[in-house]
Amino acid sequence: MAGSRAATPAVSRPGAPGAQGGRPGPSPGAPAGAALALRELRFWLTNYRRTWKGTIYSSVASPVLYLGAMGLGLGRLVDRHGTSALGGVSYLMFLAPGLLAAMAMQTAVGECTYPVFGSVKWLKTYQAAAATPLRPGDIFRGHLLFVTLRLAMNCAIFVAIMAAFGAARSAWVLAALPAGVLTGLAFATPLMGWAVTRTKDTSFSVVFRFGMIPLFLFSGTFFPVTRLPGWLRPLAYITPLWHGVALSRSLTLGSATLGMSLVHIGYLAVMAAIGFATSAWCYRRRLYV
Amino acid sequence: MPTSDVLIRARGLTKKFGSAVAVAGIDFDLHRGEAFGFLGPNGAGKSSTMRMIGCVSPPSGGELTILGMDPLTDGPAIRSRLGVVPQEDTLDVELTVRENMLIYGRYFGLPRAVIAERTAQLLDFVQLTDRAGDEVEPLSGGMKRRLTIARSLISEPDILLLDEPTTGLDPQARHVVWDRLFRLKQRGVTLVLTTHYMDEAEQLCDRLVVMDAGKIAAEGSPRALISQYSTPEVLELRFDPSEHEVAADKLAGAPAERIEVLADRILLYVQNGDTALAAVRALGVEPATSLVRRSTLEDVFLRLTGRQLED
Repeated sequence: MAGSRAATPAVSRPGAPGAQGGRPGPSPGAPAGAALALRELRFWLTNYRRTWKGTIYSSVASPVLYLGAMGLGLGRLVDRHGTSALGGVSYLMFLAPGLLAAMAMQTAVGECTYPVFGSVKWLKTYQAAAATPLRPGDIFRGHLLFVTLRLAMNCAIFVAIMAAFGAARSAWVLAALPAGVLTGLAFATPLMGWAVTRTKDTSFSVVFRFGMIPLFLFSGTFFPVTRLPGWLRPLAYITPLWHGVALSRSLTLGSATLGMSLVHIGYLAVMAAIGFATSAWCYRRRLYV
Repeated sequence: MPTSDVLIRARGLTKKFGSAVAVAGIDFDLHRGEAFGFLGPNGAGKSSTMRMIGCVSPPSGGELTILGMDPLTDGPAIRSRLGVVPQEDTLDVELTVRENMLIYGRYFGLPRAVIAERTAQLLDFVQLTDRAGDEVEPLSGGMKRRLTIARSLISEPDILLLDEPTTGLDPQARHVVWDRLFRLKQRGVTLVLTTHYMDEAEQLCDRLVVMDAGKIAAEGSPRALISQYSTPEVLELRFDPSEHEVAADKLAGAPAERIEVLADRILLYVQNGDTALAAVRALGVEPATSLVRRSTLEDVFLRLTGRQLED
């Protein structure tokens, strides 16, 4: 064999010391679930080292464009006609915390559709991980941890940009960060299980067009849902994004009440928890055929 | 062989997908240090069996014990001691060769220093050292396969599972992979592989089972299978197309253990090809060309699984 050397790869040999029922050298064994999920997280972090620059660009550009065009541009018009319907704050102040929650949803949808589907269908990196000690649930939880980090990152960037635009009135704006992450998780956990069990990616554009965009526009991000026709309002109240927007906004503007905050947090947490349980099951069903 | 050397034990192992039966109750034992092959046509149940052994497919019935453990409850512990080369590459093509090794080593919880040391050894072994810093995407199919093999060895597995390791590779790339697998075998690594290539099975396997329609049709060493299911030699006769059928009729009385009439030639399974050829001529049959060859695993395979396409 040309160019080959008598390299000795480390593989177990019969009769080698400790080979009986085990193997020579360090014995990694099979640790408990949390450690296994962290290994999947490290895979995603390694992967992210290649793509982080591009994602930072969109994480910064999106809020700047929206806050600039809508918050400042459109806001100048809105503010001229009085903002009592907005709770007496400027349109920029009204818009920014809602937009934070809406963008958290977008981040979740972006991170939990094609990346999940691609991992199982195109790159098959999920299958590679499933051949190691990791179980489908570990792969799901590890990837979800990465998504959570991305949500936290994007929400933190958003809060910084809000401050730069003068839309941060008090330190309460920092409370919008966990509210945004929770909103994102409410979408992320069910979406991951749904995406991993798809056989084709055609349904993703349906989710974007008929799920994400209507939610983005009509969940109180750009105008209070009280401005919607009466029959449509209950519909807005049961959407998860409205709870995220309302939570983020009320905390930021100091109008939060304990009762309503608990309702919002409870709604989003239950949705995230249901998604968490069902998606772990979906991952198992998809990877253990 | 002492039972402690049985690494995998299957009894009545079954896999069903709905009403379709992929593996219909098979028994086998895999011993430490052997190279064991599952040979069979597409859809015979080879890959389903491999996935059950790899603990990523729960058996529908029967018993399966791997390294003394139950795949249903001890999946992570078993998989930590397996190396898997899947049928389709599962490399992260956006990362470099070395990063793929790093990620995989981490999945097994290996420290970075250990991964680095083994990566250097293994990339040398599969002749990819000079591509270590390159992205995987542009590598050839043969290089990707070798990387997958190197990756599967990073955890120093007790058993290496290879599902159709050379399917889709060109002849040169296949020979390089075979050469590497042969070296592993010489070092005593326990290999389990599936293939539908007879030459691959003959070269690499100490023992193999022929699977057909989810069942084991035969089991033994390549040599034993040939002597059990075929004759030592095969006489291949070709005729002018116009004489083919007439010759086939006349040859019905020829002294052969089995005669197979194909579209382009007639095969006589015999003890001695030259003697048989003389006997054929004595019957007044003169072939356009004749060839005497030794029986191969392919003769066994085609006899056991038939020449018809399964699907």
